[in-house]
Amino acid sequence: MPKIKMPKSSPSIDMTPMVDLAFLLVTFFMLAASFRSSEPVEVDVPSSISDKIIPENVLLVTIDKGGRVFFNLSDPEARRELLMNMAGKYKVAFSEEQINKFTFMSSFGCTMQELPGYIEMPADDRKNLNTTGIPLDSTNNQLKDWVYYGNIAALNSGKTAFEEAKLKGDTPDPNDFKPKFTLKVDNKAVYVHAQNVINVFRDLNLNNLNFITSMEMAPL
Amino acid sequence: MAEIAEGGGGGHDKGKKRAKKSSTRVDMTPMVDLAFLLLTFFVLTSTFSKPKVMSLVYPAKPDPAQEIEPQKINNAITFLLTEDKIFYYSGQYYPANAPGPKGPTVLEETDFSAKGVRKLLADRNAFVLKGKEGLDKKLKAKQIQDSTYLRMLVDFKKDPESLKVLIKTDDKATCKNFIDLIDELKIAEIGVIAPVDILASELDLVNQKIK
Repeated sequence: MPKIKMPKSSPSIDMTPMVDLAFLLVTFFMLAASFRSSEPVEVDVPSSISDKIIPENVLLVTIDKGGRVFFNLSDPEARRELLMNMAGKYKVAFSEEQINKFTFMSSFGCTMQELPGYIEMPADDRKNLNTTGIPLDSTNNQLKDWVYYGNIAALNSGKTAFEEAKLKGDTPDPNDFKPKFTLKVDNKAVYVHAQNVINVFRDLNLNNLNFITSMEMAPL
Repeated sequence: MAEIAEGGGGGHDKGKKRAKKSSTRVDMTPMVDLAFLLLTFFVLTSTFSKPKVMSLVYPAKPDPAQEIEPQKINNAITFLLTEDKIFYYSGQYYPANAPGPKGPTVLEETDFSAKGVRKLLADRNAFVLKGKEGLDKKLKAKQIQDSTYLRMLVDFKKDPESLKVLIKTDDKATCKNFIDLIDELKIAEIGVIAPVDILASELDLVNQKIK
Protein backbone atom coordinates (compact mmCIF):
# COMPACT_ATOMS: atom_id res chain seq x y z
CA MET A 1 0.00 0.00 0.00
CA PRO A 2 1.34 3.39 -0.84
CA LYS A 3 1.74 5.75 1.97
CA ILE A 4 -0.90 8.39 2.14
CA LYS A 5 0.78 11.68 1.69
CA MET A 6 -0.74 14.34 3.79
CA PRO A 7 -0.84 17.60 1.91
CA LYS A 8 1.43 20.02 3.60
CA SER A 9 -0.83 22.85 4.43
CA SER A 10 -1.02 25.31 7.19
CA PRO A 11 -3.05 24.01 10.14
CA SER A 12 -4.87 27.31 10.37
CA ILE A 13 -8.59 27.45 9.76
CA ASP A 14 -10.27 30.38 8.20
CA MET A 15 -12.29 31.81 11.03
CA THR A 16 -13.89 34.63 9.13
CA PRO A 17 -17.31 32.99 8.60
CA MET A 18 -17.48 32.01 12.24
CA VAL A 19 -16.63 35.50 13.36
CA ASP A 20 -19.21 36.88 10.96
CA LEU A 21 -21.83 34.63 12.44
CA ALA A 22 -20.80 35.37 16.01
CA PHE A 23 -21.07 39.11 15.48
CA LEU A 24 -24.32 38.75 13.64
CA LEU A 25 -25.75 36.92 16.64
CA VAL A 26 -24.28 39.47 19.05
CA THR A 27 -25.91 42.27 17.11
CA PHE A 28 -29.21 40.44 17.00
CA PHE A 29 -29.29 39.77 20.72
CA MET A 30 -28.18 43.30 21.52
CA LEU A 31 -31.01 44.77 19.53
CA ALA A 32 -33.66 42.26 20.48
CA ALA A 33 -32.85 42.05 24.17
CA SER A 34 -35.09 43.68 26.66
CA PHE A 35 -33.51 43.63 30.02
CA ARG A 36 -35.19 42.50 33.13
CA SER A 37 -35.42 45.52 35.38
CA SER A 38 -34.39 44.62 38.87
CA GLU A 39 -37.49 44.31 40.97
CA PRO A 40 -37.35 44.70 44.74
CA VAL A 41 -39.15 41.37 45.19
CA GLU A 42 -39.04 38.04 43.50
CA VAL A 43 -42.52 36.91 42.63
CA ASP A 44 -43.31 33.45 41.38
CA VAL A 45 -46.40 33.90 39.23
CA PRO A 46 -49.05 31.25 38.58
CA SER A 47 -49.46 29.80 35.10
CA SER A 48 -52.40 30.04 32.76
CA ILE A 49 -53.25 29.27 29.16
CA SER A 50 -53.76 32.94 28.34
CA ASP A 51 -51.61 34.16 25.47
CA LYS A 52 -52.38 37.86 25.76
CA ILE A 53 -49.13 39.76 26.11
CA ILE A 54 -48.75 42.47 28.69
CA PRO A 55 -49.95 45.85 27.38
CA GLU A 56 -47.67 48.88 26.98
CA ASN A 57 -49.24 51.40 29.31
CA VAL A 58 -49.62 49.48 32.50
CA LEU A 59 -50.25 50.13 36.16
CA LEU A 60 -48.86 47.20 38.07
CA VAL A 61 -49.47 46.16 41.65
CA THR A 62 -47.29 43.35 42.93
CA ILE A 63 -48.26 41.22 45.90
CA ASP A 64 -45.50 39.04 47.30
CA LYS A 65 -46.01 35.87 49.27
CA GLY A 66 -46.00 37.73 52.57
CA GLY A 67 -48.81 39.96 51.34
CA ARG A 68 -46.68 43.06 50.93
CA VAL A 69 -47.86 45.40 48.22
CA PHE A 70 -45.65 47.07 45.62
CA PHE A 71 -46.64 49.62 43.04
CA ASN A 72 -45.33 50.39 39.58
CA LEU A 73 -46.33 52.53 36.65
CA SER A 74 -44.72 51.83 33.29
CA ASP A 75 -44.70 55.27 31.71
CA PRO A 76 -41.87 57.58 32.94
CA GLU A 77 -43.78 60.77 32.11
CA ALA A 78 -46.79 59.56 34.04
CA ARG A 79 -44.59 58.64 36.97
CA ARG A 80 -43.34 62.19 37.24
CA GLU A 81 -46.87 63.59 37.28
CA LEU A 82 -47.94 60.93 39.75
CA LEU A 83 -45.11 61.72 42.17
CA MET A 84 -45.89 65.44 42.02
CA ASN A 85 -49.52 64.78 42.89
CA MET A 86 -48.66 62.38 45.67
CA ALA A 87 -46.02 64.74 47.10
CA GLY A 88 -48.63 67.49 47.19
CA LYS A 89 -51.21 65.30 48.84
CA TYR A 90 -48.93 63.84 51.51
CA LYS A 91 -46.82 67.00 52.00
CA VAL A 92 -43.58 65.14 51.34
CA ALA A 93 -40.88 67.16 49.62
CA PHE A 94 -38.76 65.68 46.83
CA SER A 95 -35.70 67.20 45.23
CA GLU A 96 -35.50 67.49 41.45
CA GLU A 97 -32.86 64.75 41.45
CA GLN A 98 -35.09 62.42 43.45
CA ILE A 99 -37.97 62.97 41.04
CA ASN A 100 -35.72 62.11 38.11
CA LYS A 101 -34.53 58.99 39.86
CA PHE A 102 -38.10 58.00 40.65
CA THR A 103 -39.17 58.16 37.01
CA PHE A 104 -36.70 55.41 36.12
CA MET A 105 -37.23 53.22 39.14
CA SER A 106 -38.98 49.87 39.06
CA SER A 107 -41.61 48.77 41.59
CA PHE A 108 -41.47 50.22 45.05
CA GLY A 109 -43.11 49.16 48.25
CA CYS A 110 -42.85 51.63 51.07
CA THR A 111 -44.90 54.30 52.73
CA MET A 112 -45.02 57.79 51.32
CA GLN A 113 -42.98 59.04 54.27
CA GLU A 114 -40.20 56.53 53.59
CA LEU A 115 -40.13 57.20 49.86
CA PRO A 116 -37.44 59.95 49.68
CA GLY A 117 -35.04 57.73 51.59
CA TYR A 118 -36.04 54.75 49.47
CA ILE A 119 -35.26 56.62 46.24
CA GLU A 120 -31.78 57.51 47.48
CA MET A 121 -31.01 53.88 48.24
CA PRO A 122 -28.91 51.77 45.85
CA ALA A 123 -30.95 49.10 44.05
CA ASP A 124 -29.30 46.23 45.90
CA ASP A 125 -30.23 47.61 49.29
CA ARG A 126 -33.87 47.91 48.26
CA LYS A 127 -34.11 44.15 47.92
CA ASN A 128 -32.97 43.61 51.48
CA LEU A 129 -35.00 46.42 52.91
CA ASN A 130 -37.41 45.42 55.60
CA THR A 131 -40.53 47.19 54.40
CA THR A 132 -44.14 46.48 55.04
CA GLY A 133 -45.17 47.42 51.53
CA ILE A 134 -47.58 50.15 50.60
CA PRO A 135 -50.20 50.56 53.34
CA LEU A 136 -53.78 49.94 52.27
CA ASP A 137 -55.75 49.67 55.47
CA SER A 138 -58.82 51.81 55.86
CA THR A 139 -57.16 54.42 58.09
CA ASN A 140 -54.13 54.88 55.89
CA ASN A 141 -55.00 53.79 52.38
CA GLN A 142 -52.01 55.04 50.43
CA LEU A 143 -52.41 52.45 47.70
CA LYS A 144 -55.76 53.94 46.80
CA ASP A 145 -54.10 57.30 46.19
CA TRP A 146 -51.30 55.74 44.18
CA VAL A 147 -53.83 53.96 41.99
CA TYR A 148 -56.10 56.99 41.71
CA TYR A 149 -53.37 59.48 40.76
CA GLY A 150 -51.54 56.83 38.77
CA ASN A 151 -54.62 56.24 36.67
CA ILE A 152 -55.04 59.96 36.02
CA ALA A 153 -51.37 60.42 35.13
CA ALA A 154 -51.33 57.35 32.89
CA LEU A 155 -54.53 58.45 31.18
CA ASN A 156 -52.95 61.83 30.42
CA SER A 157 -49.73 60.36 29.08
CA GLY A 158 -51.75 57.82 27.11
CA LYS A 159 -53.74 60.66 25.58
CA THR A 160 -50.54 62.41 24.52
CA ALA A 161 -49.23 59.19 23.01
CA PHE A 162 -52.54 58.76 21.19
CA GLU A 163 -52.40 62.27 19.74
CA GLU A 164 -48.82 61.67 18.60
CA ALA A 165 -49.79 58.43 16.93
CA LYS A 166 -52.67 60.21 15.24
CA LEU A 167 -50.38 62.94 13.91
CA LYS A 168 -48.25 60.28 12.28
CA GLY A 169 -51.23 59.42 10.14
CA ASP A 170 -52.12 56.12 11.77
CA THR A 171 -55.58 55.30 12.93
CA PRO A 172 -54.85 54.09 16.45
CA ASP A 173 -57.39 52.63 18.79
CA PRO A 174 -57.73 54.95 21.79
CA ASN A 175 -58.30 51.93 24.02
CA ASP A 176 -54.76 50.74 23.35
CA PHE A 177 -53.40 53.84 25.04
CA LYS A 178 -55.49 53.66 28.17
CA PRO A 179 -53.72 52.32 31.23
CA LYS A 180 -54.37 48.66 32.02
CA PHE A 181 -54.48 47.50 35.60
CA THR A 182 -52.44 44.44 36.28
CA LEU A 183 -51.83 42.41 39.38
CA LYS A 184 -48.76 40.29 39.84
CA VAL A 185 -49.50 37.86 42.62
CA ASP A 186 -47.25 35.24 44.09
CA ASN A 187 -48.31 31.61 43.93
CA LYS A 188 -48.17 31.30 47.68
CA ALA A 189 -49.82 34.60 48.53
CA VAL A 190 -53.08 34.23 50.39
CA TYR A 191 -55.99 35.35 48.23
CA VAL A 192 -57.30 37.65 50.95
CA HIS A 193 -54.26 39.90 50.41
CA ALA A 194 -55.01 40.04 46.71
CA GLN A 195 -58.65 40.65 47.51
CA ASN A 196 -57.77 43.71 49.60
CA VAL A 197 -55.89 45.15 46.65
CA ILE A 198 -58.69 44.21 44.26
CA ASN A 199 -61.15 45.98 46.53
CA VAL A 200 -59.04 49.14 46.29
CA PHE A 201 -59.42 48.97 42.52
CA ARG A 202 -63.11 48.22 42.76
CA ASP A 203 -63.66 51.12 45.14
CA LEU A 204 -62.25 53.35 42.42
CA ASN A 205 -64.60 51.69 39.95
CA LEU A 206 -61.75 50.03 38.05
CA ASN A 207 -63.17 46.58 37.55
CA ASN A 208 -61.25 45.27 34.58
CA LEU A 209 -58.15 43.70 36.06
CA ASN A 210 -55.41 41.54 34.57
CA PHE A 211 -53.36 38.92 36.31
CA ILE A 212 -49.80 38.34 35.18
CA THR A 213 -49.23 34.67 34.53
CA SER A 214 -46.63 32.52 32.91
CA MET A 215 -47.54 30.62 29.80
CA GLU A 216 -48.88 27.10 29.96
CA MET A 217 -49.92 24.84 27.13
CA ALA A 218 -53.64 24.70 26.55
CA PRO A 219 -55.10 21.21 26.83
CA LEU A 220 -56.04 19.72 23.50
CA MET B 1 -4.78 28.78 17.55
CA ALA B 2 -6.18 30.67 14.70
CA GLU B 3 -2.97 31.19 12.90
CA ILE B 4 0.41 29.68 12.98
CA ALA B 5 2.99 32.01 11.61
CA GLU B 6 4.71 30.46 8.70
CA GLY B 7 8.20 31.78 9.08
CA GLY B 8 9.65 32.57 5.70
CA GLY B 9 6.76 31.00 3.90
CA GLY B 10 7.99 32.00 0.52
CA GLY B 11 11.61 31.07 1.02
CA HIS B 12 11.91 28.48 -1.71
CA ASP B 13 14.25 30.46 -3.84
CA LYS B 14 17.84 29.47 -3.49
CA GLY B 15 20.31 32.04 -2.45
CA LYS B 16 18.25 35.07 -3.25
CA LYS B 17 17.73 37.27 -0.29
CA ARG B 18 14.30 38.64 0.01
CA ALA B 19 12.46 40.78 2.49
CA LYS B 20 10.65 38.53 4.85
CA LYS B 21 7.12 38.13 3.60
CA SER B 22 5.01 38.56 6.64
CA SER B 23 1.57 37.07 6.63
CA THR B 24 -1.25 39.51 5.96
CA ARG B 25 -3.51 37.61 8.26
CA VAL B 26 -4.44 38.99 11.61
CA ASP B 27 -4.78 36.80 14.61
CA MET B 28 -8.52 36.81 15.20
CA THR B 29 -8.58 34.78 18.37
CA PRO B 30 -9.03 37.65 20.86
CA MET B 31 -11.77 39.12 18.75
CA VAL B 32 -13.57 35.80 18.55
CA ASP B 33 -13.21 35.38 22.30
CA LEU B 34 -14.77 38.74 22.85
CA ALA B 35 -17.54 38.11 20.35
CA PHE B 36 -18.53 34.88 22.01
CA LEU B 37 -18.30 36.41 25.45
CA LEU B 38 -20.72 39.12 24.40
CA LEU B 39 -22.91 36.58 22.69
CA THR B 40 -23.15 34.48 25.84
CA PHE B 41 -23.89 37.54 27.93
CA PHE B 42 -26.75 38.68 25.73
CA VAL B 43 -28.19 35.21 25.35
CA LEU B 44 -28.28 34.74 29.10
CA THR B 45 -29.57 38.16 30.11
CA SER B 46 -32.20 38.80 27.48
CA THR B 47 -35.78 37.89 28.19
CA PHE B 48 -37.78 37.16 25.15
CA SER B 49 -41.05 35.92 26.44
CA LYS B 50 -42.96 38.93 27.60
CA PRO B 51 -45.16 38.06 30.54
CA LYS B 52 -48.69 37.09 29.66
CA VAL B 53 -51.76 38.50 31.26
CA MET B 54 -55.12 36.96 31.99
CA SER B 55 -57.91 39.47 32.22
CA LEU B 56 -60.75 39.14 34.65
CA VAL B 57 -63.63 41.55 34.96
CA TYR B 58 -64.87 41.98 38.49
CA PRO B 59 -68.48 42.90 39.11
CA ALA B 60 -68.89 46.60 39.90
CA LYS B 61 -69.36 47.44 43.54
CA PRO B 62 -73.05 47.90 44.22
CA ASP B 63 -74.13 51.45 44.79
CA PRO B 64 -75.24 51.67 48.43
CA ALA B 65 -77.89 54.25 47.52
CA GLN B 66 -79.52 51.83 45.14
CA GLU B 67 -81.55 48.93 46.34
CA ILE B 68 -80.72 45.90 44.30
CA GLU B 69 -83.07 43.00 44.34
CA PRO B 70 -81.24 39.73 44.79
CA GLN B 71 -81.12 38.18 41.36
CA LYS B 72 -82.21 34.67 40.88
CA ILE B 73 -79.40 32.88 39.16
CA ASN B 74 -80.25 29.78 37.26
CA ASN B 75 -77.71 27.36 35.89
CA ALA B 76 -74.94 28.54 38.16
CA ILE B 77 -72.22 26.76 40.00
CA THR B 78 -70.43 28.11 43.03
CA PHE B 79 -66.87 27.18 43.86
CA LEU B 80 -65.56 27.53 47.36
CA LEU B 81 -61.81 27.67 47.66
CA THR B 82 -59.83 26.93 50.75
CA GLU B 83 -56.18 26.24 51.45
CA ASP B 84 -55.69 23.22 49.20
CA LYS B 85 -59.19 21.95 48.60
CA ILE B 86 -61.95 23.02 46.31
CA PHE B 87 -65.67 22.54 46.95
CA TYR B 88 -68.67 23.35 44.85
CA TYR B 89 -72.43 23.32 44.83
CA SER B 90 -74.85 23.98 42.00
CA GLY B 91 -77.64 26.46 41.81
CA GLN B 92 -79.02 28.53 44.63
CA TYR B 93 -77.58 28.41 48.12
CA TYR B 94 -79.90 27.05 50.82
CA PRO B 95 -78.58 27.44 54.36
CA ALA B 96 -79.43 24.77 56.92
CA ASN B 97 -82.09 26.92 58.58
CA ALA B 98 -83.91 27.64 55.31
CA PRO B 99 -83.63 24.51 53.20
CA GLY B 100 -84.70 24.55 49.58
CA PRO B 101 -86.83 21.99 47.76
CA LYS B 102 -84.00 19.44 47.97
CA GLY B 103 -82.97 20.28 51.52
CA PRO B 104 -80.00 22.41 52.55
CA THR B 105 -77.02 22.82 50.26
CA VAL B 106 -74.41 20.10 50.49
CA LEU B 107 -70.87 20.82 49.39
CA GLU B 108 -69.11 18.45 47.06
CA GLU B 109 -65.37 18.17 46.79
CA THR B 110 -63.33 18.17 43.61
CA ASP B 111 -59.71 18.76 42.60
CA PHE B 112 -57.59 20.38 39.91
CA SER B 113 -56.89 17.22 37.93
CA ALA B 114 -58.23 16.69 34.43
CA LYS B 115 -60.95 14.48 35.86
CA GLY B 116 -61.90 17.02 38.51
CA VAL B 117 -62.85 20.58 37.78
CA ARG B 118 -62.17 20.34 34.07
CA LYS B 119 -64.53 17.44 33.49
CA LEU B 120 -67.16 18.95 35.75
CA LEU B 121 -67.08 22.24 33.86
CA ALA B 122 -66.96 20.57 30.47
CA ASP B 123 -70.10 18.59 31.35
CA ARG B 124 -71.98 21.51 32.78
CA ASN B 125 -70.98 23.92 30.08
CA ALA B 126 -71.49 21.47 27.23
CA PHE B 127 -73.89 23.91 25.58
CA VAL B 128 -71.21 26.55 24.99
CA LEU B 129 -68.45 24.07 24.22
CA LYS B 130 -70.59 22.32 21.61
CA GLY B 131 -71.53 25.65 20.11
CA LYS B 132 -67.87 26.59 19.97
CA GLU B 133 -67.01 23.33 18.28
CA GLY B 134 -69.57 24.03 15.58
CA LEU B 135 -68.20 27.53 15.13
CA ASP B 136 -64.64 26.22 14.96
CA LYS B 137 -65.62 23.89 12.15
CA LYS B 138 -67.33 26.68 10.27
CA LEU B 139 -64.30 28.91 10.73
CA LYS B 140 -61.99 26.22 9.43
CA ALA B 141 -64.18 25.69 6.39
CA LYS B 142 -64.07 29.47 5.90
CA GLN B 143 -67.85 29.70 6.08
CA ILE B 144 -67.68 32.53 8.60
CA GLN B 145 -65.33 35.43 9.19
CA ASP B 146 -63.11 35.91 12.22
CA SER B 147 -65.21 38.77 13.53
CA THR B 148 -68.42 36.82 13.11
CA TYR B 149 -66.82 33.92 14.92
CA LEU B 150 -65.92 36.08 17.91
CA ARG B 151 -69.34 37.70 17.99
CA MET B 152 -71.16 34.39 17.87
CA LEU B 153 -68.90 32.97 20.56
CA VAL B 154 -69.79 35.88 22.85
CA ASP B 155 -73.46 35.27 22.07
CA PHE B 156 -73.07 31.65 23.09
CA LYS B 157 -71.41 32.65 26.33
CA LYS B 158 -74.20 35.10 27.09
CA ASP B 159 -76.93 32.59 26.41
CA PRO B 160 -79.13 31.77 29.42
CA GLU B 161 -78.22 28.12 28.95
CA SER B 162 -74.52 28.77 29.47
CA LEU B 163 -73.00 28.12 32.86
CA LYS B 164 -72.34 30.95 35.28
CA VAL B 165 -69.68 30.59 37.92
CA LEU B 166 -69.34 32.23 41.29
CA ILE B 167 -66.11 31.98 43.20
CA LYS B 168 -65.92 32.32 46.93
CA THR B 169 -62.73 32.10 48.89
CA ASP B 170 -62.03 31.70 52.56
CA ASP B 171 -59.08 33.38 54.28
CA LYS B 172 -56.72 30.47 53.67
CA ALA B 173 -57.12 30.18 49.91
CA THR B 174 -53.97 30.92 47.93
CA CYS B 175 -53.66 33.00 44.82
CA LYS B 176 -52.39 29.97 42.93
CA ASN B 177 -55.63 28.12 43.57
CA PHE B 178 -57.64 31.13 42.54
CA ILE B 179 -55.73 31.68 39.29
CA ASP B 180 -55.79 27.96 38.53
CA LEU B 181 -59.54 27.94 38.90
CA ILE B 182 -59.95 31.01 36.69
CA ASP B 183 -57.72 29.27 34.17
CA GLU B 184 -59.95 26.19 34.22
CA LEU B 185 -62.98 28.43 33.73
CA LYS B 186 -61.32 30.05 30.72
CA ILE B 187 -60.54 26.62 29.29
CA ALA B 188 -64.19 25.70 29.71
CA GLU B 189 -65.23 28.94 27.96
CA ILE B 190 -67.27 30.21 30.88
CA GLY B 191 -68.63 33.64 30.05
CA VAL B 192 -69.75 34.88 33.46
CA ILE B 193 -67.20 34.64 36.26
CA ALA B 194 -67.97 36.45 39.47
CA PRO B 195 -65.65 36.41 42.47
CA VAL B 196 -67.91 37.24 45.39
CA ASP B 197 -67.64 37.39 49.16
CA ILE B 198 -68.25 34.23 51.11
CA LEU B 199 -71.22 34.01 53.48
CA ALA B 200 -70.64 33.12 57.12
CA SER B 201 -72.83 30.02 56.85
CA GLU B 202 -70.95 28.86 53.78
CA LEU B 203 -67.70 29.30 55.65
CA ASP B 204 -69.05 27.05 58.38
CA LEU B 205 -69.93 24.41 55.80
CA VAL B 206 -66.41 24.56 54.39
CA ASN B 207 -64.85 24.31 57.84
CA GLN B 208 -67.01 21.29 58.63
CA LYS B 209 -65.83 19.63 55.42
CA ILE B 210 -62.16 20.24 56.15
CA LYS B 211 -62.34 18.65 59.57
